Amino acid sequence: MILWWLGNIVLIAVVFPVVVYLLRGVLDAARSIVPSVEEIARVAAAGSKDLDAAALLLTTQDQVEKTVAGVANYGGSLDVILDDAR
Amino acid sequence: MLAVTAVGVVTILAVVLIVAALVFYLVSVIVQLRTITTGLDEVITHVGEIVAKSAPVNDVVTGINEQLDAGVELLEGLLVKKAGLTDAVGLVDGLYPGAAAAGLRSFPESTTIKAPRIGEVYTRGTLTLARLGREAPIAAASPNGPVLRNVTGGSLAARQLYPEARQSRPDSLARSPVIGTGAPVRYQPSEQRGGTTPDAAETREKGPWAGTAAEGIVPAELGGSDAPRELLGEDPELGSSVLGATTGADEPATETGVDPSGGDRADATSDAGPDLPQGAEPDLKDAAATPRPADGESAG
Repeated sequence: MILWWLGNIVLIAVVFPVVVYLLRGVLDAARSIVPSVEEIARVAAAGSKDLDAAALLLTTQDQVEKTVAGVANYGGSLDVILDDAR
Repeated sequence: MLAVTAVGVVTILAVVLIVAALVFYLVSVIVQLRTITTGLDEVITHVGEIVAKSAPVNDVVTGINEQLDAGVELLEGLLVKKAGLTDAVGLVDGLYPGAAAAGLRSFPESTTIKAPRIGEVYTRGTLTLARLGREAPIAAASPNGPVLRNVTGGSLAARQLYPEARQSRPDSLARSPVIGTGAPVRYQPSEQRGGTTPDAAETREKGPWAGTAAEGIVPAELGGSDAPRELLGEDPELGSSVLGATTGADEPATETGVDPSGGDRADATSDAGPDLPQGAEPDLKDAAATPRPADGESAG
């Protein structure tokens, strides 16, 4: 009988606080993750929106090709009308 | 029996308490994990968009860089070909001070070249003229060494870009009119539009302005109005009947002819302006209408 009482005391005085402590730690950790995930989601949304302009790179590429082609034509003309250094 | 019941109740209460704590905290954790799962789903969606949008960026940017590299190699090669590697480095360093240290990408040996101080000797305009002049002495090899780095020689070289008449340093240079009475005769007259074509004597008599007509307008071989029909534009109506022609004779076109003394009796300068009363105080508004004394004297 005494052992049973001792067991109850241990159960209430030791096991219960330990269980509460551990579960509270898990809950705090889970709660701390939520703001981080929300921030990541917000940043990812902003990053995705920023990349909307990536499609304009195709226009940039086309413009660069035309510009370089124009420079090449201009350089070719200069090569014809100017003498070489030596 | 009562003691056993009491200890059993305490045990049951302790277990229920522990189970209640477990349920409370585990349910709370589950709620938080569900919130995290929802957030991560949103993150995965946006990351998927980022991956999809950025997928072609690498190829596009690589293509742009290849195009720009080709352009840079082209311009560097052209600059080195036309100016020489040493002067090319000097030109680049003159435009972008310190750029000579980096050298030209297509010419690794350019990093070892000491850039000539071209920018201190010539302005950019002079350099442009020097490079554009096909026979510019700056661009030609000089027995006295590279003139680009010779301040004195560089000045002479720049002056020699001008026409030959300037090389002797005359006190005054002839004006170089393009239009007007002193304009050079570029085309010999091939047609006549009214009057006679003034010869040298008439030009001398009437003054240099009369010689302007001797320059003609457009020669026939360049498509003047008296050119062959195949050289003219699509306007066959403008023939000689429209353009007119001279009689080829000196007789006046009218019976009385033109009286050249009529100009001597001109009264515009002596009788011009309103009639002002004698002795009246002149009004400022009439000041411009009154003939100048000089005009009256010249007319009288």
